[in-house]
Amino acid sequence: MTIKARRLSRLGAIAFAVMLLAIWQLLSVLEVISPLFFPSPLRTFSELWSQIVSGRIWTPFSSTVVRMVYGWLAASLLGVVLGALIAGSRLSKLLLTPMLEFIRPMPASAIIPVAILAFGLSSQMSTAVIAFGSIWPVLLAAVQGFSSVEPRLYEMADAMRMSAWDRFRKVSLPGAMPDILAGARVGLAVALILAVVTEMQASLPGLGQSILMAQRSFRTPELYAGVIMLGAIGFGASMLLQWVERRLLKWRSAQ
Amino acid sequence: MAQKWLGAVIPIAMLAAWEALWHIDAMRMESLSRPWDVGQALFHGLTGGELLIATAETFQAALLGFAIAAVIGLAVGVVLGLLPWLESVVGPSIDAMRPVPSVALIPLTLMIFGFGVRMEAAVVAFACLWPILIVTISAVRSIDSALLNVARVLEMTTYERMVKIILPAALGRIAVGLQLALAISLVVAVTVEIVLNPRGLGHGMMSAQQAMRFDQMYAQLLWIGVVGWGLSYGSQTLLDKWSPARRAKEPS
Repeated sequence: MTIKARRLSRLGAIAFAVMLLAIWQLLSVLEVISPLFFPSPLRTFSELWSQIVSGRIWTPFSSTVVRMVYGWLAASLLGVVLGALIAGSRLSKLLLTPMLEFIRPMPASAIIPVAILAFGLSSQMSTAVIAFGSIWPVLLAAVQGFSSVEPRLYEMADAMRMSAWDRFRKVSLPGAMPDILAGARVGLAVALILAVVTEMQASLPGLGQSILMAQRSFRTPELYAGVIMLGAIGFGASMLLQWVERRLLKWRSAQ
Repeated sequence: MAQKWLGAVIPIAMLAAWEALWHIDAMRMESLSRPWDVGQALFHGLTGGELLIATAETFQAALLGFAIAAVIGLAVGVVLGLLPWLESVVGPSIDAMRPVPSVALIPLTLMIFGFGVRMEAAVVAFACLWPILIVTISAVRSIDSALLNVARVLEMTTYERMVKIILPAALGRIAVGLQLALAISLVVAVTVEIVLNPRGLGHGMMSAQQAMRFDQMYAQLLWIGVVGWGLSYGSQTLLDKWSPARRAKEPS
């Protein structure tokens, strides 16, 4: 695509988005669609803007982000360690793979009632659920990644008499990194979903609770503002991880 | 064959340990029901029909949402896949909506539809739409342009081109996207039920927990696992059997 064509399509993309919002605005103002359910974009964005300026949105925003990141970090670290252990021996792979395959398609949120029983309606419950839910993508990807490291690299490491730690750090981990990062990105999306779900379920402070409260009192623009912020978190988190991925995997493209 | 059974060793050992703990008074925890009771609750739930009704309710919402997403995703995906300029115009708006976590729509759909199958299906449809749409766009775009040229030379109508060329050529990859969305549909349906929709398997678990019937709660957790596994296994089998593109790709 030439630069000119690209500029044209970017302009078209902006025009399309503006057109969508304009149609929505018009339908809402003319009350073709109920302004109670679909408040006009202008009202929604002015609500969002006033919440950002007054700072009211940052407390729930940051609680949701912190919740999500804690659970996800715990899950990712544990997932990589367990993945390395499982992939490390044939026996453990045979023993554990069927169980992992059984748990993988299970809805992670189904663990919520059990977690409430164990931890009560608390932040620990939320972190436990998030960690439990987002560990599977990372764990399965890590097992896959560690198992598919080129065996010749290990022969090389043996020939160089690397210690076990060096072998892991210099051969296994870089080899499995592309898979791990892809799994971690899926895990992060799951973590955000579960953060919102547990906040709604257990009335923990955060955007999930805020939007549920906004709905109960029919403050729809506030509800939309919360949904937009949640979308922004999802978008920002995935952008950040993509950036990390590009930096960590730079050595691969050089090959 | 013997290797296959190795996978059962750890779950059985865990169950045995769990059951054994129950018989040591000092170690007994009321919230960890005895495996034997859980098994009985599962049996009664299945023979009594409550579990099956709840399963049907969950599937009703999941499949309805999945079907809506499939129809919209396929239709829009094929058009956007065939017209790259349109995709570059509409794409950014889609990308802006995609990262919104599906569960964030629970309050909104609740307000619009109230409790019931419609709000659940709406959330499921939103969650399933994106994988189907993205896969369809890329599947249609990667169709060999020679095939499209053939259609042009034969002066096929749009409908013929769609049915004879485009859908068969893209079906293999689209099927993989549909399978992914099907798995998502069950997960989202159960999640919506756990959060607030008073129907189906998710709600069954929550109410068993609130009624302190922990044996029933674990039985339903186990059953949800079986259902999820069955769905993923079933759709994988179907895919392997019916999708020629996939069969051709596999090294024999």
